[in-house]
Amino acid sequence: MAIFRTRSQWGGLLAFLVLLAVCPLFLSERVLTILTMIGIAIISVHGLNILTGYCGQISIGHVGFMAVGAYASAILTARLGWPFWVALPCAALAAGVAGLIFGLPSLKIRGFYLIMATVAAHFIIIWLVLHLSNLTGGPDGMPVPKPQIGSFVFNSKASYYYLVMGVGCIATYGAVNITRTRAGRAFVAIRDNDLAAEVMGINLFSHKLQAFFIGCVYAGVAGALLVHYYGFASVDQFAFIDSVWFLGMLIVGGMGSISGAILGAVSLKLLDELVTMIGPVLSALVAAQAAASLALITRGLVIILFLIFEPRGLEHRWEILKGYFRLWPFSHEEAE
Amino acid sequence: MNFFLQLVVTGFSLGMIYALVAIGFVIILKCSDAFNIAQGHFVLIGGYLGYTFLVPFHLPIWAALILAIGVAALLGLVIERLALRPLVGQPELAIVMMTIALSTVLEGLVTLIWGGEYKTYHGVLPTFTLAFGGISIPPESLIGLLVSIVAVSALMFVFRYTRIGLAMRATADDLKVVQSLGIRATTVYSVSWVIASIVGVIGGILLGGISGVMIPLAEIGLKAFAVVLLGGINSFGGAILAGIIVGILENVAAGYLDPLVPGGGFAQIFPFVVMVVVLIFRPYGLFGTARIERI
Repeated sequence: MAIFRTRSQWGGLLAFLVLLAVCPLFLSERVLTILTMIGIAIISVHGLNILTGYCGQISIGHVGFMAVGAYASAILTARLGWPFWVALPCAALAAGVAGLIFGLPSLKIRGFYLIMATVAAHFIIIWLVLHLSNLTGGPDGMPVPKPQIGSFVFNSKASYYYLVMGVGCIATYGAVNITRTRAGRAFVAIRDNDLAAEVMGINLFSHKLQAFFIGCVYAGVAGALLVHYYGFASVDQFAFIDSVWFLGMLIVGGMGSISGAILGAVSLKLLDELVTMIGPVLSALVAAQAAASLALITRGLVIILFLIFEPRGLEHRWEILKGYFRLWPFSHEEAE
Repeated sequence: MNFFLQLVVTGFSLGMIYALVAIGFVIILKCSDAFNIAQGHFVLIGGYLGYTFLVPFHLPIWAALILAIGVAALLGLVIERLALRPLVGQPELAIVMMTIALSTVLEGLVTLIWGGEYKTYHGVLPTFTLAFGGISIPPESLIGLLVSIVAVSALMFVFRYTRIGLAMRATADDLKVVQSLGIRATTVYSVSWVIASIVGVIGGILLGGISGVMIPLAEIGLKAFAVVLLGGINSFGGAILAGIIVGILENVAAGYLDPLVPGGGFAQIFPFVVMVVVLIFRPYGLFGTARIERI
């Protein structure tokens, strides 16, 4: 089935892309920064969505794999002087290979065991980063050059915005199409019932590893974009709790749906911005620690409320809304 | 040799506390098939409760323990009723995410109430040191050991001889049979959360006495997961034995390997290394039952 069935959907897509392309012209740098961060989050969540949402392999070590990509790219560009355009695919590959290694137990184990294996992956990766200080700078972090083409350097907010959105569009296009291939369909079969999938002739081991590889490649790209944006790489950018937020984005948006991943990333990032705006006010009014606790409590509560009241996420709400307006003003479809 | 024995003894008493925390995890898992990622945060809350009752309130340790147990029971009850009950029958990921989200909310509340600062009540617990040979047992560890032993034996008594304990074991075994016998599964769920939060809080008070209380204390939960995986995810005895093993291994590894590894800190990831090794070679742990799946 085609991705877009009608001309108006194509029109909508084109209009959206044009909007993405022109909005740096009239948006402030602060808004552009937020949009860039959202773009990076979307790329990362696409990977987690393929791994967790489509293939059903729950990973709470996603940020660890982002760190692999980030440090691979940082080391290749800063220490070896490779251009960003070569380092980025290599970083993606490195993260993918790390994903393969930690995905190896996934054939034998599932559910909680796999979750724990990915948690272990995160802490082992971060420990390695801290202890390979010759390469990574250890706890001090390392400077990372900005990407450049010829003499043009991506150091303004707007130029980096274009870079992230460009990669983001390619990533989304890739994610949409991966889920339509044979492998993508196999992922869904494995998620729904892996034994049944195996009986149908799907090679579980190979497909689970493929899902890990693809998911971690996305994470690696996102991680590399993140450190090149800051011009600096340090382990503080890859906190364990962020993996939880990525899963939260999937839940809020809707698992196993590309638009759900995007919706989730956008809405949770915007919520974060709201919290950072309200936080200082609350801190001044209540207590110094109110801002930090507000951030934790709101994020946790959002996930809890979605799990209880709308476990299928915003994407599902959106479908309901669309369905409503398709039939409006007649609320029931005529039986054929 | 003395150095080695000292490490083993300290590791043993630390391991008993790990075992206590891990048991809380196993209880919830056995009774309601929920993986409680927030178990470490019960420990964190326990530590701060211990501080509050012992230092600003100046209560004797037995009163502090009883009060903390009361608060913990309430907390477990509320969490189960409000957050976990609506998710009965939902997929695994939903329940795991719920407990993760709970853990962040609990951490947020702890930050709000106690400010996330380092608190310690080191000298408050009675001071005496047992020494034999060249090995000394610090008082906090000894109290930890005693309380852990008492708590573990109390739990064993409950599970073997009381009605609710038997109901919990039966629920773990077969939910449908239990329901057809007229036992309320929801009561069993509530009680399992209450017990889990109580043992977590007791563990927190003990650990707080040894190392002080701070937000990272919650990471003890992650170590408890390593313990649970090693012991077998649905075995109480396994959790106790594995707790002691991990406690001793961690201490011995820290004592001997840290000077060798540049930068040190190997003890922190040691439980995770154990975890990965166990997962690869014996996923159902030392004493767990292997799951046989059918379509």
